[in-house]
Amino acid sequence: MSEQTRRDTMKLAAVAATAAAAGVTLPETAEAQVTRPDGIRWDKGVCRFCGTGCGVLVGVKGGKVVATQGDPDAPVNRGLNCIKGYFLSKIMYGEDRLTRPLLRMKNGKFDKTGDFTPITWSQAFEIMAEKWKAALKKSGPSAVGMFGSGQWTIWEGYAAAKLYKAGFRSNNLDPNARHCMASAVAGFMRTFGIDEPMGCYDDVEHADAFVLWGANMAEMHPILWSRLTDRRLTHEGCEVHVLSTFEHRSFELADNGMIFVPQTDLAILNYIANYIIQNGAVNEDFVKKHVAFAHTVEDIGYGLRPTHPLEVAAKNASHKAGQGGALDPAGMRDITFDQYKEQVAKYTLDYTAKLSGVEPEKLLRMAKLYADPKKKIVSYWTMGFNQHARGTWVNNLAYNIHLLTGKISEPGNGPFSLTGQPSACGTAREVGTFAHRLPADLVVTNPQHRAFSEKIWQLPEGTLPGNIGYHAVVQHRMLKDGKLNAYWVQCTNNMQTAPNMNGEGLPGYRNPDNFIVVSDPYPTVTAMAADLILPTAMWMEKEGAYGNAERRSQFWRQQVKPPGEARSDLWQVVEFSKYFKVEEVWPEELIAKKPEVRGKTLYDVLYANGAVNKFPLAELQQDFDNDESNAFGFYLQKGLFEEYAAFGRGHGHDLGPFELYHKARGLRWPVVDGKETLWRFREGYDPYVKAGEGVKFYGKPDGRARIIFCPYEPAAESPDKDYDMWLCTGRVLEHWHSGSMTRRVPELHRSYPTAQLFMHPDDAQQRGLRRGQSVKVITRRGEVLTRVETRGRNKMPVGLVFIPFFDEAQLVNKLTLDATCPISKETDFKKAACKVVPI
Amino acid sequence: MATETDKKAPTRRRFVQGTLRTAVGAGACGLGLALFSAQSRSLPADALRPPGALPEDKFLSACVRCGLCVRACPYDTLKLADLAAGAAGGTPYFRARKIPCEMCDDIPCVKACPTGALDKGLTDISLSRMGVAVIVSRDTCLNLQGLRCDVCYRVCPAIDKAITLDQTHNRRTGKHAVFEPVVHPDACTGCGKCEKSCVLTEAAIKVLPVALAVGHQDVHYRRGWEEKSKAGRELVPGIIDLPDRLPELKP
Repeated sequence: MSEQTRRDTMKLAAVAATAAAAGVTLPETAEAQVTRPDGIRWDKGVCRFCGTGCGVLVGVKGGKVVATQGDPDAPVNRGLNCIKGYFLSKIMYGEDRLTRPLLRMKNGKFDKTGDFTPITWSQAFEIMAEKWKAALKKSGPSAVGMFGSGQWTIWEGYAAAKLYKAGFRSNNLDPNARHCMASAVAGFMRTFGIDEPMGCYDDVEHADAFVLWGANMAEMHPILWSRLTDRRLTHEGCEVHVLSTFEHRSFELADNGMIFVPQTDLAILNYIANYIIQNGAVNEDFVKKHVAFAHTVEDIGYGLRPTHPLEVAAKNASHKAGQGGALDPAGMRDITFDQYKEQVAKYTLDYTAKLSGVEPEKLLRMAKLYADPKKKIVSYWTMGFNQHARGTWVNNLAYNIHLLTGKISEPGNGPFSLTGQPSACGTAREVGTFAHRLPADLVVTNPQHRAFSEKIWQLPEGTLPGNIGYHAVVQHRMLKDGKLNAYWVQCTNNMQTAPNMNGEGLPGYRNPDNFIVVSDPYPTVTAMAADLILPTAMWMEKEGAYGNAERRSQFWRQQVKPPGEARSDLWQVVEFSKYFKVEEVWPEELIAKKPEVRGKTLYDVLYANGAVNKFPLAELQQDFDNDESNAFGFYLQKGLFEEYAAFGRGHGHDLGPFELYHKARGLRWPVVDGKETLWRFREGYDPYVKAGEGVKFYGKPDGRARIIFCPYEPAAESPDKDYDMWLCTGRVLEHWHSGSMTRRVPELHRSYPTAQLFMHPDDAQQRGLRRGQSVKVITRRGEVLTRVETRGRNKMPVGLVFIPFFDEAQLVNKLTLDATCPISKETDFKKAACKVVPI
Repeated sequence: MATETDKKAPTRRRFVQGTLRTAVGAGACGLGLALFSAQSRSLPADALRPPGALPEDKFLSACVRCGLCVRACPYDTLKLADLAAGAAGGTPYFRARKIPCEMCDDIPCVKACPTGALDKGLTDISLSRMGVAVIVSRDTCLNLQGLRCDVCYRVCPAIDKAITLDQTHNRRTGKHAVFEPVVHPDACTGCGKCEKSCVLTEAAIKVLPVALAVGHQDVHYRRGWEEKSKAGRELVPGIIDLPDRLPELKP
């Protein structure tokens, strides 16, 4: 039994008492550091899977993580974990951990067609530097790029953003959050002018009703779902509405479950707005004071290659912006409330029910719920909204409803965009790893934002490029087209997870013009498609920080050493910067503006810049490793964090002092005057809203959030006579994304060993298929072999099949279409046309 | 922020009581398994019969040990008992934790049986009763501690019928639910997918032969709420209830 015994308690107490008697102050984490009688040292950490952000305690013995436990005092999870979190201690110890850099070689030299051969780190960086310099020389900064992750720690993302945007002067940096949260980001920016949810998880315990729009929280946010379920159980009258294109596990709790035809959520949301207006349920005082109305640009295409017939046909497709009267797809024009009312009037109950296939009484019940001023409602969504050819629009439409009714920014009331990754917010979004972003919501296209960043980074004026870089999907296209030639992927398995793998990703990686580097702890599909693999330290093998979906930033210390020569992404990025002289990457006129950088390396300019290297090693926590800091001779993580925090402090994104996070179980920003912020934009809760203002959406210069009319427009690809079914892809509870970690935990592998195609029994029968039979799923892009499942966790409607993407033996993204929301550039992984045939 | 645990730390007595209960339960279970293994002699204690198998004694006399059902099984689930092993030697069985039954719609093993030891009357696999799943270890089942595992539930081919999740308030955390897996023997086929996929080193859910796993409700007592629901009305109609005298509400 691991229960703390009476004797343990007395021992611990004795240690503390002795220390007190001797006048010794124990180190900050004294209690955690005291090794227990069983020889295990426990310290605070955070789960590295989904965006829920469960607190864990990590037990180390003999240099190995031997156990974990849910932190019983963590506010998010109170000691609980899902089944992935239960196996955290095993994810670092898969048998095939990479321990040495591996380069494709023939006859002792790099060869794109060679076999992976172990080399040293300096050899690895030398060949990388050679390829990067050649690409920069040939085509300039647009020829180098990087793909990162919402699983990067905060400082890893920040260091990479700095290396690319300031060092290489290239905005070709994008995170896998582009596939995950980009529509949420664009939605927030358009409606509120500032990113991330106004509320927090405490909303759960205050709400009267929950509506899930394209979120299977029961599987994807298991512990948060447990809180929601508890509210449903214990709060009289609480109801749960669930919308999806098929019946998944969250329907188990649904009082009102709705299956809609893919893409028609756009119409359903407009119907609710229409109902609210028609039935006098608009919160007129709120709308008058805090809201303005806008109409989005329509007919915006699908983010496909410009030559695709759909892009040619779309009036305002992205590539046409500014030409021949075409408008920016992200654009909108101001309208009045009456004009808005007129636009949504078309979305009647009758029209919407017919279009969506949802029973009218169910739609009406939901509309009445939103319209009821006495009901506090939280709307949740994840990939059903974000991975959507109109992902930005659906986000905006959800905000419209909450703004019309004023049900926002107060306990129990609010729209809440959930995140898929542990640091989609903390890293990918907040530190500026998107191709269009800089830290703290700043954007590369704004000269003032660039100037502000250059000042904090101590860079000569004009260092930062103002053009938006290649986003995720375009990176693969540019690799294929030979325009992006030196490319580094860290902390993600994008060959397996990006859309249209055989059409774009694989030809891009294997294009002889390109040099592809992949950093990963394991030989993933992506790593195996690379030219150079760098072995990477993971999770507790480095000091880290994540930011979860409720703006909670959580830190952990390095608990163990990585295996062999594996090094963290942070060390890799910073070490690589030493291989570039400023003269090799910056033009002479830029150097002339700051001559003292002449002859220096990017390392000197970006990291040993007097700010990042400000904190000495003496500040490291004693008895804990910090490999990166020890390698560079200063407290690297603290220096990066404090420099980064300067972007947001005083600007609505305030982070607390570095040390505070090592003491606390995470803090929700803005952290001002030693206090967390639970609800933004409302007086009393948010330090940025002044007394007497009540509510203020200060992300917009006029303090008003936008209600944006966006119409229903069809999906990029719908079933037809050749490909007669909808194909939807997604996750399962047991596996994390592409399974690169969870499939190496034998127990999790056993619990869900292979992907299956979920199908309605009538669809199976019609095609002469039996349950368990081998089939081919075929789309216009490719085919995948799998087995039919007509029972089990998902109940499919006729005409739609679902297949999870975790299984590297069934590369589902050979099937998907690289259509994106033209505003957010996020792929629609939920809608493609396919056919299913027996083998 | 006192939690339930602070208030109700398990006392030594409760711990002893709990241990006793578990020991008695395990003992009873063990006794049953011992009986079963004696019956089938050489078969492993966790051996289950294929779908449609007749009751054990009839099955043993009807089965001609031809192995055709084993050959027909597309998933390599079925094995033949060791020939050197007494009366049950040569008969087909499977062990859920090793390879569970995949519940083929066309039930090829039953079709292959030349003698009817596997009952040809079984044409709907969901009506087969190879065994019944039982949560044998409540103190190790992760969901019963409040974690969100529920792998046995999601893997169940008869999800929401054979296994449901009974949701209750988690008093320790105060804000989470406990999702208790509950097996319903009337819908459980005993396929063993749950036992196979239980993530624990020793499964907390196991499929036992029906005779061991399932109790019977005595006929001398009926559950009133169920009878009323079945009848769709009160069983004794016309019973009246007089109004209660209450203080009058002042307007």
